[in-house]
Amino acid sequence: MIKLDSKIPQGPLADKWSNYKTQLRLVSPANKKKLDVIVVGTGLSGASSASALGELGYNVKVFCFQDSSRRAHSVAAQGGINAAKNYKNDGDSVYRLFYDMIKGGDFRAREANVYRAAEVSNLVIDHFSALGVPFARDYGGGLDTRSFGGVQVSRTFYAKGQTGQQCLLGTYSSLNRQIAKGNVTLYTRRDMLDLVMVDGKARGIITRNLLTGELERHAAHAVVLATGGYGTVFYLSTLALGSNSSAAWAAHKKGALFANPSFIQIHPTSIPVLNDYQSKLTLMSESLRNDGRVWVPKEKDEKRKPNEIPEDDRDYYLERRYPAFGNLVPRDVASRAAKERCDAGYGVGDTGLSVYLDFKDAINKQGEKVIADKYGNLFEMYEKITGINPYKEPMRIYPAGHYTMGGLWVDYNLMTTIPGLYSVGESNFSDHGANRLGASSLMQCSGDGYFILPYTIGDYLADEIRTPRFTTDTPEFEQAEKEVKDRIARVMAVNGTQTVTSFHKRLGKILWDSCGMVRSKEGLEKGIELLNQLEEEFWKEVKVPGTADDYNQELEKALRVADFFEVGRLMCQDALDRNESCGAHFREEYQTPQGEAQRNDAEYAFVSAYEYAGNQKTPVLHKEPLVFENVELKERSYK
Amino acid sequence: MNFKLKIWRQKNAATKGKFEDYNITDVSSEMSFLQMLDYFNDKLILDGGDPVHFEHDCREGICGSCGLYINGRPHGPLKNTTTCELHMREFEDGSTIVIEPWRSKAFPLIKDLVVDRSSFDEVMFAGGFVNINTGGAQDANTTPINKKISDRAFDAAVCIGCGACVAACKNSSAMLFVSAKVSQFAMLPQGKTEATERVEKMVAKMDEMGFGYCSNTYACEFDCPKGISVEFIAQMNREFFSAKVCSHKK
Repeated sequence: MIKLDSKIPQGPLADKWSNYKTQLRLVSPANKKKLDVIVVGTGLSGASSASALGELGYNVKVFCFQDSSRRAHSVAAQGGINAAKNYKNDGDSVYRLFYDMIKGGDFRAREANVYRAAEVSNLVIDHFSALGVPFARDYGGGLDTRSFGGVQVSRTFYAKGQTGQQCLLGTYSSLNRQIAKGNVTLYTRRDMLDLVMVDGKARGIITRNLLTGELERHAAHAVVLATGGYGTVFYLSTLALGSNSSAAWAAHKKGALFANPSFIQIHPTSIPVLNDYQSKLTLMSESLRNDGRVWVPKEKDEKRKPNEIPEDDRDYYLERRYPAFGNLVPRDVASRAAKERCDAGYGVGDTGLSVYLDFKDAINKQGEKVIADKYGNLFEMYEKITGINPYKEPMRIYPAGHYTMGGLWVDYNLMTTIPGLYSVGESNFSDHGANRLGASSLMQCSGDGYFILPYTIGDYLADEIRTPRFTTDTPEFEQAEKEVKDRIARVMAVNGTQTVTSFHKRLGKILWDSCGMVRSKEGLEKGIELLNQLEEEFWKEVKVPGTADDYNQELEKALRVADFFEVGRLMCQDALDRNESCGAHFREEYQTPQGEAQRNDAEYAFVSAYEYAGNQKTPVLHKEPLVFENVELKERSYK
Repeated sequence: MNFKLKIWRQKNAATKGKFEDYNITDVSSEMSFLQMLDYFNDKLILDGGDPVHFEHDCREGICGSCGLYINGRPHGPLKNTTTCELHMREFEDGSTIVIEPWRSKAFPLIKDLVVDRSSFDEVMFAGGFVNINTGGAQDANTTPINKKISDRAFDAAVCIGCGACVAACKNSSAMLFVSAKVSQFAMLPQGKTEATERVEKMVAKMDEMGFGYCSNTYACEFDCPKGISVEFIAQMNREFFSAKVCSHKK
């Protein structure tokens, strides 16, 4: 029987982490050299973990599926990275950043973890600056900041609309330095397909070399998953097409609990679906809501072009509904408000599934040059995709699947329920509750990798110094490799009549309808049923061309989609089990008369952590109660 | 829309490749170029064929995975655009589209349109970083940086490592790629300390990996999807010469 122990240290909130760090055991430099750590993923959290552990002297192996570690999807984060520097003298502090995150997450995150993330945020900015990340600066040479949703201070550091790229290239450079020194070995074009356990501990992984199809065994004293989120479960999402959940899911099947799977962020400002073959929804950064105003026409069936519609005939619905935060309400609120207007028949565009994001007032007030300096690359990107110039005509936007707050359950040490298996960044569940505030994911990923994991993993590895390097020639590795081989053979053998992508699209549609922005008991139950049917069809009808022992992009996709059926079902199950609305999880049965999310703190102030019970079997729900000692739970109001 | 596609097909590095001709019909002008290839591959798979392998990931022009040589231009006909951002409305209905991989000695072919660009990473391992450990950095605002210089460093830092500069160059030179990183660090106080050693190591590695020399045709700048300026090549040359003149080794 699994017992959840969050291992939150005692003591006052503000002192927990600093006191705890002094109690964590250390590993001597001589012993670190004898210890191997595997890191899977080279995004912000993976590259920062691998480079920080390499610097400490551990022997690190790092894996990515891309051809280069520089391409991990953190690269696409746009708007910024938060830190409680208070450079603007606007009353910011670690406590306020912590409070904004707890409230933004609709009181469904752990106080201690969130406080720690806020606490290390300032170190992250200092470190990135030292690495040569070219953040935006003001004329005095100091770092500039801007505002983001759900917040009343200006604490978001940025590098135009490509902050993620610049931060990722910063971590990539620190990783390269360790590779050059020989402390880290990089394995590109590898998919992790299974976790290997020995005597109940994580001891290695099975990977597939994507170019040759060869299965490989890698052993280590600890394994760190930095494998990102599962937003591509919707097929259409803001994620990279290769982003997937298979590594985390393999760990889940081996005993790592999966927490809050239904907490998935639908980002309000994506370019809407334009055609049937669309493979991806491109995000327009939330930072645009600093200056852009969101509106729809006041009349249904408005035929005029946006620029022809006078002010009086426009409904700036966010400003109307949420005067205190206006266009800068958090993402979940903005997404639902857009859906509400479109469902009510006020949406614009051919499909009626989009709203306007208008920069006219900002351009009139600040001038086109200032706006171009802030958002130039985003405007260009928008024009390339849609053919419309947003300096002249409002953008059209609609919500899209984006970030997964849910993920592998971890304790305060970032260790999963499997000893020796850690999860960092988006792949864990820990810091964002039921909704993530903008610019806090770059912050959390870098904090986890650079400033938290290097401390906590040492405490575990201190017990491993007597475990010699071990061979992969053991029954456990043998068995894990055989299971992977059988699974690959099974999917290759189907040789049906439909492509992998066609299944992925249908899977995504089922989930978008049943477990998207608005959920209901009936819809979720139907969703699970449809997923079961589709999964059965997949295993009868999918067609994977080519062979398994070759470069085979269709096979890569097929293995990922096969896992998504299970992930999708778990999302629906969790959404069914949680009879309340909170953050991104909105059950239509539980809403206030004004249509806002209605939490049920008495019964649902807990983390849902699911134990795998077999495919198409109801998973076992474990509950980690959330104890709030420092903040008062109240209705999350942005009005 | 309908097109004739002329696509480079090659099973692997060991076998010989050739152009194959295909027809594709009912393409929507709203499709991106890669969506057109997805659509094409889906048909090919269902017809029992081998899908065309090409690299892609973010599909929003920032990861640098995609890179196809389209009608004789890296990333196709539009300026400042990656392959994934290109849309079919840019092509004339009924025309022939020629699709090839990057061709350069330093980027060996893997399969169809996929090449091995790890030589870029090798150049980065040689010195594309600031030698600083995690922890102990001073407060970020204690080192003010002139806004113009910082913005200029950013302009160099936007490189996505796609390799279009090399593909565009008749000499397969990687000068634009290498100079962007060298210049970014050389301009910032954080990177200045090691500027001399960095440029020497990165240029030596670039030569070792088989990239050619620069003969100032500026094709790289013209085809760079991020519009990185050849002025950074001049800046790297300056850094390189000054490193040679006042080398730390003397």
